[in-house]
Amino acid sequence: MEYYFDNAATTKVRPEVLEAMLPYFSEDYGNPSSIYKIGQKTKKAVETARAQVAKAINAPAANEIYFTAGGSESDNWAIKGIADSYGEKGRHIITTAIEHHAVLHTCEYLESKGYEITYLPVDEYGLVSAEQVKAAIRPDTILVSVMFANNEIGTIEPVAEIGAVCREAGVLFHTDAVQAVGHVPVDVRAMNIDLLSMSGHKFYGPKGIGAMYIRKGIKIPSFIHGGAQERKRRAGTENVPGIVGMGRAIELAVSELDTEMPRLIGLRTKLINGIMDRIPYARLNGHPDKRLPGNVNIAFEFIEGESILLLLDMNDICASSGSACTSGSLDPSHVLLAIGMPHEKAHGSLRLTMGHFTTAQEVDHVLETLPPIVERLREMSPLYEQIKNKK
Amino acid sequence: MMYSEKVMDHFMNPRNVGEIEDASGVGTVGNAKCGDIMKVYLKIEDGIVKDAKFKTFGCGAAVATSSMATELIKGKTIEESLKITNKAVMEALDGLPPVKVHCSCLAEEALHAALWDYAQKNGIVIEGLKKPVNDISEHDEVPEEDY
Repeated sequence: MEYYFDNAATTKVRPEVLEAMLPYFSEDYGNPSSIYKIGQKTKKAVETARAQVAKAINAPAANEIYFTAGGSESDNWAIKGIADSYGEKGRHIITTAIEHHAVLHTCEYLESKGYEITYLPVDEYGLVSAEQVKAAIRPDTILVSVMFANNEIGTIEPVAEIGAVCREAGVLFHTDAVQAVGHVPVDVRAMNIDLLSMSGHKFYGPKGIGAMYIRKGIKIPSFIHGGAQERKRRAGTENVPGIVGMGRAIELAVSELDTEMPRLIGLRTKLINGIMDRIPYARLNGHPDKRLPGNVNIAFEFIEGESILLLLDMNDICASSGSACTSGSLDPSHVLLAIGMPHEKAHGSLRLTMGHFTTAQEVDHVLETLPPIVERLREMSPLYEQIKNKK
Repeated sequence: MMYSEKVMDHFMNPRNVGEIEDASGVGTVGNAKCGDIMKVYLKIEDGIVKDAKFKTFGCGAAVATSSMATELIKGKTIEESLKITNKAVMEALDGLPPVKVHCSCLAEEALHAALWDYAQKNGIVIEGLKKPVNDISEHDEVPEEDY
């Protein structure tokens, strides 16, 4: 059995979700665009899921929800689409330094096409402020894209305040809410969100399905050209089982927020305090409270993240790190560098993300396993030797 | 996992971890910024490497290459030691993923840095040995910061 502490990477499909999906593979397999009965049945299933997604984020109408292949597609569509349809008005976009690569690399692509991008810096907790956004807005600004919550350090951004600032200035506001939907309350109306990206597999739904909320009245060209699916805005035969699974998953997750959030915050506190009590030279990355309920990210000095992950894996614990060695590049995580961590400390970061299936016993297992691993690697580290010799 | 069984074995059960108090030569290479530091200690008697130890800050491959490099150098003459290249370390580990090849280069440099230090201390010239570029022994201070 594995101890799964990587829920920010992906989640296990819940049995209720799998059960809801299964008929749509080989029983109700009709194409929703077809007129016969099994086609109409799947059409209905897709529309039910659309309504479930709309309700979960308090969208005014179900037809403001568009299914995509995932969070990255939604982010690409939102940013490139708005750049395309509002390019006449201006060519300036505001985002932050800690966005997911699906946003950052899309913005870099637009830079190569002549758009100007402002990357707002964040504070030591990874927070950007509404004042910063306000100050960066110019007459030619067409879009502000700020993530709802950060995937690495779990920091929750002041989305409602940013939404208010954008609405007042008449600038469209997109938020990458891939880590937030199903984990914290998201309300597109109250928060003045114009476009919102989400991904099914981050809240116990299947992989390969995502959605975007596009507020009524916003001009955005089709990202995938072809058939008339998704109100002619996203062509391609619908991923019916995926859509059904995502609908059921979001409905379940949002209905359980009131109990799941405090439960996970309890486990988070237990894990953070347990690690801090047991391991010296450790620091919590991200904000202590404005934080995703299941996210723990800690930097351990004098050691490197991939080594920690390999030893955790030997003990069946799945986790991730912001170390360069786990990314295939020589630079550590852009998020950790943006919150002001020096390179050498960013290399020693460990992310543990908990979710629906995480238990207190599993947290205990991590708390027993991690300290000797850190100690073992430190005993091997020439940096730790220097610290010990100084004492 | 992307690592060979040999790499995992040398990472999980690293050989020669530690320090040699009266080392004949010590070499430290790499930097914390890029995420790898290797420190190698050699005990050399009668022109033969009698013992080798290491301490490493780094990923799985960094630990495994340090372990293998110190294994390979033990019992070798100085001339033979110079023939331990990054390729030899990699081959002995049944290969490394492409992004980890630099770890094997660092292991080779760590051995050379320790041999250079030995030569300096004894006022001798080892033919074919160049001053290691990545040697950080003289300025490897740990920044003092409170956590």
